[in-house]
Amino acid sequence: MPHAPFIIASFAVTGVCMTWLVVSSYLSMRRAEASAAELKDRP
Amino acid sequence: MHRFANPARFLRIARPLTPALFWLGLILTLAACIWGLFFTPTERLMGDTVKIIFVHVPAAWLGMGGWTGIAIASIVQLVWRHPLAGVSARAIAVPGATFAAICLITGSIWGRPTWGTWWVWDGRLTSMLVLFFLYLGYIALSNASSNKGDTSRVAAVFGIIGAINIPIINRSVIWWESQHQKASITLGGSSIDSAYLAPLFVAVAGFSLLFGALVLMRMRAALAEMRIEARMRRMAEG
Repeated sequence: MPHAPFIIASFAVTGVCMTWLVVSSYLSMRRAEASAAELKDRP
Repeated sequence: MHRFANPARFLRIARPLTPALFWLGLILTLAACIWGLFFTPTERLMGDTVKIIFVHVPAAWLGMGGWTGIAIASIVQLVWRHPLAGVSARAIAVPGATFAAICLITGSIWGRPTWGTWWVWDGRLTSMLVLFFLYLGYIALSNASSNKGDTSRVAAVFGIIGAINIPIINRSVIWWESQHQKASITLGGSSIDSAYLAPLFVAVAGFSLLFGALVLMRMRAALAEMRIEARMRRMAEG
């Protein structure tokens, strides 16, 4: 049984999950902090 | 600890710390993956599938470490009423659940060529699956029962009770007959060859720093949402 597909699949799953986690966390942080800053400046 | 109870003081530290942890974690993780994939020898029994260790073990460590963090933060929330404890517990939940899922998926992929099966209902695999479901339960409970950002006392109690599963996962390969191998790294030493051990430690360090950056990002988002909610309430009142 060739091992390469199993290794590639493991690293791909990890890469996709990590990318989703980083992008979603970063975007939610940026959006929330921008909204909070905008609201703070409003009289 | 109460020095950091003030969210403004916490944010002063978290803002520069977030990119520092992220970039250092990313560099170490990529270096460890390249080192592990291309510069480690083929193992005598498992062949090249041993290279899955460089994502599977850090994911397992952070899946379990994440819940330990939730349990500690929950105790701090209930006992000392630290205002950031609930926020941090909730911020850990989604990254922790994702790492538990990565551990289960990569373990299953590793199991097929080495054990001849994708899954067995033995102590280690089942208790890790239980941890993943505990994460899902905690996320649902904290989303349902709390204000934005913070988490409720019910979720905190759930976080503490769920921690009983952590030593069960750790001891499962000793207590029950298991397809999974016994612990390779203990306080007494390691049975892993140094050719694999060095990149594995770099991978664990890299993924841990990334985990820290993710938790800080989610805490900052939660604190900003709490500020928005407080501001909206004040605006609505007058």
